[in-house]
Amino acid sequence: MLRIPCPYCGPRDETEFAYGGEAHIARPQNPATTTDADWADFLFMRKNPKGRHRERWMHARGCRQWFNVERDTVTHQIVTVYRMGEPPPETPR
Amino acid sequence: MKSYSIFSLLRNALSYHQNWQAAWRSPEPKPAYDVIIVGGGGHGLATAYYLAKEHGITNVAVLEKGWLGGGNTGRNTTIVRSNYLWDESARLYEHSLKLWEGLSQDLNFNVMFSQRGVLNLAHNLHDLRELQRRVSAIRLNGIDSEILNVEQVKEMVPILNCSPDSRYPVLGASLQRRGGVARHDAVAWGFARAADARGIDIIQNCEVTGIRRDGDRVLGVETTRGFMAAPKVACVTAGHSSVLAAMAGLRLPIESHPLQALVSEPIKPILHTVVMSAAVHVYVSQSDKGELVLGAGIDAYTSYAQRGSLSVIEEIMASTVTLFPIFSRLKMMRSWGGIVDVCPDASPIIGKTPIRGLYFNCGWGTGGFKATPGSGHVFAHTIARDEPHPLNAPYALDRFANGSLIDEHGAAAVAH
Ligand SMILES: Cc1cc2nc3c(=O)[nH]c(=O)nc-3n(C[C@H](O)[C@H](O)[C@H](O)COP(=O)(O)OP(=O)(O)OC[C@H]3O[C@@H](n4cnc5c(N)ncnc54)[C@H](O)[C@@H]3O)c2cc1C
Ligand SMILES: [Zn+2]
Repeated sequence: MLRIPCPYCGPRDETEFAYGGEAHIARPQNPATTTDADWADFLFMRKNPKGRHRERWMHARGCRQWFNVERDTVTHQIVTVYRMGEPPPETPR
Repeated sequence: MKSYSIFSLLRNALSYHQNWQAAWRSPEPKPAYDVIIVGGGGHGLATAYYLAKEHGITNVAVLEKGWLGGGNTGRNTTIVRSNYLWDESARLYEHSLKLWEGLSQDLNFNVMFSQRGVLNLAHNLHDLRELQRRVSAIRLNGIDSEILNVEQVKEMVPILNCSPDSRYPVLGASLQRRGGVARHDAVAWGFARAADARGIDIIQNCEVTGIRRDGDRVLGVETTRGFMAAPKVACVTAGHSSVLAAMAGLRLPIESHPLQALVSEPIKPILHTVVMSAAVHVYVSQSDKGELVLGAGIDAYTSYAQRGSLSVIEEIMASTVTLFPIFSRLKMMRSWGGIVDVCPDASPIIGKTPIRGLYFNCGWGTGGFKATPGSGHVFAHTIARDEPHPLNAPYALDRFANGSLIDEHGAAAVAH
């Protein structure tokens, strides 16, 4: 079970949250000229790293805010949490 | 390889079973092979076996970073069935089911394939209509499948709570009688032994750490036991597929999630078939040792840890005791997790890549055990001929760019 520090409410059990997958995936700026391959990359392709992962969570059974988490996918350690729109903090490796 | 039979059993009994031949060799890796298979799970080992048997290609190594079957092959709930909605899936999984039906004989290894039937429950009118649609589609593909009413379900599984007052009332079910379960380790071991007997090198404790290439052509793999050259490299690494793809500079539409399962203390035979419920995410069978084998849903987050959160287990146990009140006082003995490679359309990727000589077979997610022989069979064809078998042609990586997804997410009911 993860314990996730919501930047608005503080630490809460994982069961209060919904997972939103990889963070910082930008929608293609110009849909008309975006190729099929680029659409596929945007829609489907994922980094899915073994190690540090920047991902989105939503405090679904709390403040209902979205935010970003950097988490290690091997140890499940949560390295840092930051709000939507904020740049990812530099984290020691 | 000495063949297993009643006579070999008797002969070895005379020497107190001290002199059985090892089931496979542990050879030193060679500097070069015709084909290198990365991943010694069921799919990788089956690929090796069919490369030798069907295509006469035996200068092959299977490289496994841990032990054979230590990935999802040895961690799954072993449900085998072919009742999939879409034509592409029905053909592929039925191809596999047909191979299961002769597998123990073919491999001279008892994989304990038990066709005890697989029930998929309907808890409301919508479920029932959806199952009826699925059964009709499956029958059009020539695959056995039928609808049971609630009386028939009760007769088959008397311990199931079919009361209309239940939290999850049972309105009926679909049944595939040819479905069932198999012994997971035996599948890995049987394919390994049969592949080894045909001259294939199975190398355990050998992790692939890099994929060497020259432009768009593969040259071989870097491993913890040195470089090995091969004009063809086939990756069958399930939860680690994105890691292998990254070594070759490729991206995959895959996310790795924990999937957990657990077993109860052993009890006398009480459940003679496999019961699955998509709506409440329960799937349960009883092993030959008497343990109930239960599987959960995936954890929402991505992970490479082979463990998940307890809340997921609590959820399926709550549903299980609602469906089977008689199980409520059973003790659960062990739980564990695997890392499953989930594709957006819940269908696998089997085929070539933009890099010449590099092949991937992955994305089986929560439901690839049943496909082990069929997957190996078509993948061996793909590697040997450098073109897909007709059955896996629809499963190419480029379906994500051209939109021809094979969307089994809702269609396949519980995806195991
Ligand atoms: C809990 C659970 C329940 C399931 N239930 C069912 C079910 O009821 N029915 C069903 O059909 N399917 C089920 N599945 C899914 C099924 O287990 C898998 O789809 C299937 O076993 C995948 O087989 P595989 O050989 O591709 O993968 P694996 O058995 O995982 O083999 C991949 C191998 O690759 C190795 N590897 C990874 N990276 C490297 C590297 N760099 N170098 C060398 N080797 C490497 C790994 O160590 C591993 O042994 C379940 C899975 C889980 C986890
Ligand atoms: Zn909050």
